[in-house]
Amino acid sequence: MGTAPASRDVTSYGMGLAAPLALFFLVFFVAPLLQLLWLSLHNDTAGLHWGVGQYLHFLTDPFSLSVLGSTLLLGAEVTAVCLVLGFPIAWLYQRVGPRLQTVIILIVLLPLLTSVVVRTFAWIVILGRQGIINATLQSLGIIDTPLKLLYTQFGVVIALAQVQMPLMTLPLITALGRIDPNLDDASCSLGAGSWRTFFRIVLPLSLPGVIAGCTLTYAAAITAFITQSLIGGGQMLFMPMYLYQQASTLQNWPFASAISIIFLLAVLAVVSVFTTLGRMSRGYGGA
Amino acid sequence: MADTPGGRSLVVDAVTHRYPSGALAVENINLDIKGGEIIALLGPSGCGKTTLLRIIAGFIAQTQGRIIIGDDIVDALPPNRRAVGIVFQNYALFPHLSISENVGYGLAARGVDKASRQREAQRLLELVQLPAMAERLPRQLSGGQQQRVALARALAIKPSILLLDEPFAALDKNLRLDMQIEVKRLQRVSGITTLIVTHDQEEALSMADRVAVLSHGKLEQFGTPSDVYDRPQTLFVNTFVGSSNRMPGVVVSADRTAAKVRLDAGAEIIARPAGGTLSEGGRVTVCIRPEHLQFVGDETGFAGVVGMSLPLGATVVHEVTTADGSGVKISQARIGETRALENGAAVRLAPLAPSLANAFPATL
Ligand SMILES: Nc1ncnc2c1ncn2[C@@H]1O[C@H](COP(=O)(O)OP(=O)(O)OP(=O)(O)O)[C@@H](O)[C@H]1O
Ligand SMILES: [Mg+2]
Repeated sequence: MGTAPASRDVTSYGMGLAAPLALFFLVFFVAPLLQLLWLSLHNDTAGLHWGVGQYLHFLTDPFSLSVLGSTLLLGAEVTAVCLVLGFPIAWLYQRVGPRLQTVIILIVLLPLLTSVVVRTFAWIVILGRQGIINATLQSLGIIDTPLKLLYTQFGVVIALAQVQMPLMTLPLITALGRIDPNLDDASCSLGAGSWRTFFRIVLPLSLPGVIAGCTLTYAAAITAFITQSLIGGGQMLFMPMYLYQQASTLQNWPFASAISIIFLLAVLAVVSVFTTLGRMSRGYGGA
Repeated sequence: MADTPGGRSLVVDAVTHRYPSGALAVENINLDIKGGEIIALLGPSGCGKTTLLRIIAGFIAQTQGRIIIGDDIVDALPPNRRAVGIVFQNYALFPHLSISENVGYGLAARGVDKASRQREAQRLLELVQLPAMAERLPRQLSGGQQQRVALARALAIKPSILLLDEPFAALDKNLRLDMQIEVKRLQRVSGITTLIVTHDQEEALSMADRVAVLSHGKLEQFGTPSDVYDRPQTLFVNTFVGSSNRMPGVVVSADRTAAKVRLDAGAEIIARPAGGTLSEGGRVTVCIRPEHLQFVGDETGFAGVVGMSLPLGATVVHEVTTADGSGVKISQARIGETRALENGAAVRLAPLAPSLANAFPATL
């Protein structure tokens, strides 16, 4: 940062303005992260002996690996559901009048406007043994005994998908809105039907939005502690809860730290796969 | 309604379109276009040109009327089954596809295999003089080059009608002239019935076999460039196409072919009744183009005082203030020693011939 007023150029202002946020991140993000790393590199709970034993323990323990695996899988399932359900909504948004657009945006944003705890309990009411779905199906005579919806993978995926939907839909709406509507017409006038237009033109050009939406949804879904634990119940264990148990209940801070670091790296790996995929497709940054 | 080998005839039959918002964009338009003709749709901004083009292409379903291509009424056909090629004002090339893929897109939709597609794309790119650009992306091309690609892409599907929406608006003057010649050449070669939307009257007059002049969604006149320029049917056409002096006056006597008009500027002249018959004593507006006025020595014309003189290359335009205080422009060819006109000189002006002064009933 230039101190002499004469040599001050525009870029030095930018750095100066970013300083408060940089400081904030340094104190509240980078420092704790380093502390976490430091803690994870101890072999005993008291934190006296250095070593990579916690990492070895995690990576050789089938139970820990299965928790990691099911968490990453859960993220993939939620992301897929959000993409399949969110794309038509975003597509519809670009094709209706301004009044309906307001309605759609409101519906999309609604999950963000209610507390996550309230939303999750609502899903318990819907999915429970005596819940709305089971009660309806039973009164219609479609089933005799209540279906097990709560405390299942299916239940968790559905509840998470609803909660994370805005993170998928909003980037998609933005990306689709950036596509010149004349491209649709051009494709059509060249003899292409709506499906060809969708797969050859709309989908490739909306890839930046798809990538952004998937990244956000994925990251949010695998770290959603409250929804995962309340809907998943005791039998289903995912990384955030596993971490919490190790840290809070068992007071095994070094192992909990190692879990965090491994989880972080796994998430970063998945996210970078998304980004690389996006950059490889030629639609990225186009239009 | 003869169809040439390349192009089919196009009939716009009493087409009216009202947008859901209530705006009446086009009203009772009738056009009868022969196969292979180039037609210009000329009119000021907002007069409904794009709307009419989109109706013909099938993107908008008109409120009333029919579109007939060749012998088929196409109103029920979606755009992808009308075989109408369209070049959009902003080109609308697919940004993620290479130039070759862009041109071959329509063929792919028709199930043509990749090798033939590339061959045909290459042939068309040669036709528009861009053979070396096949592998580039649209954003790596200049505006004029993108324009040519858009044209090649539209021609690839061998359309029976080609629609161009303000195709040259974004190009600079020299490139525009090149492209106008290019399109005309391609059109002659392929014989495709072509409709060019423009608000540039020079473009319309120079490129088209016939010009349709629109104003506020209505068809003002549909005729050859010389019809539209020399024998305008409405006051709007006379003033919108080319420049024109508007001089108010009163009809002294009139029959079907000639009217004697007493101009407010002070003289009696003979004019052509352009918008139907005129009634004696009625107020009219007489339109005379600057190049159709001459200086006269005797007492025949109307008097005025020379204001500014603008030498515009091959012609000189003089501004003359008439007795009633209105301004009149007269342009003279600069042949050798043109008579030098002093600022403030008293002159008399008259039309070159009665048929070159058009009298329209005053609208007020
Ligand atoms: N989608 C629409 N909804 C409502 N009104 C519209 C719509 N599109 C155009 N209009 C109106 O219809 C009229 C004709 O529009 P159009 O786009 O056909 O004009 P244009 O002749 O192509 O003008 P320009 O030369 O500026 O492109 C205008 O008054 C416009 O405001
Ligand atoms: Mg237009």
